Amino acid sequence: MLSLSKETIKVLKEQDVVLLRNRVKEVAVKIKMGLVNQTRLITAASELLRNMLRYANGGNCIVEIVSSGRNNGVRLTFIDKGPGIPDIALAMKDGYSTGKSLGLGLPGTKRLVNEFDIKSKVGEGTTVTIIKWANG
Amino acid sequence: MDRIPILRMGNFLLVTIQVDLYDRLALTLEADLVQMVKKTNAKGVLIDISAVSIVDSFMGRIIGNIASMSKILDSETVVVGMQPAVAITLIELGLPLKGVHTALDVEKGMLLLKSMIDENVDDADLDEQDDAFAE
Repeated sequence: MLSLSKETIKVLKEQDVVLLRNRVKEVAVKIKMGLVNQTRLITAASELLRNMLRYANGGNCIVEIVSSGRNNGVRLTFIDKGPGIPDIALAMKDGYSTGKSLGLGLPGTKRLVNEFDIKSKVGEGTTVTIIKWANG
Repeated sequence: MDRIPILRMGNFLLVTIQVDLYDRLALTLEADLVQMVKKTNAKGVLIDISAVSIVDSFMGRIIGNIASMSKILDSETVVVGMQPAVAITLIELGLPLKGVHTALDVEKGMLLLKSMIDENVDDADLDEQDDAFAE
């Protein structure tokens, strides 16, 4: 997989979410992603950003345009240095939440994107990577 | 701080969300709207989200909350103008917005609100409404 462009955006407060959403939108439009897929991608980003702000007081988001064969896509990597997730399988279950949310964030996000990867170490932080292909 | 304006139109409250919502803005709207329902004795709330391109699980929950809170304050909520892409995303996310009335546009939303309120009107309310019409 080829990375065609890469930038890192810091997310530390709620208003940064709107900023990042707009940036993701720009990138998605650039690779001619359809409106429905754009909406899925931005919603997924929004969910993960919220998690990052709520549980880890923010972190970094890497926005990339990636290419694989004839397919172009957007890869987003969310890196935080929060408390980490002790049981990822449990966190990926619908309706499970340690906070007061609906527990849709992680499993819902996975349904909205093409590729979803989560790595977490307790006490060190969490990294979530998602990819949405332009025509995926 | 930013605020989303709430307009009063007869018995109804009208909210048009024209900006991208972030969490605090949505929470402020929820609080303001519930206060306004009480203050104005509104019988219906119409929320226009035609300009909203993203509704994530938090926003969806706020919309659901507003509907349930208004309901126990004797007021109906109708959400209008949802974009098709938003509807697709909400369902895939796992948030079917149960208990929230929807309509395709403001006009249909108003008709729906009126018909719901007419059904709810009992004798006591009728007198009140007559007074309102007399004004």
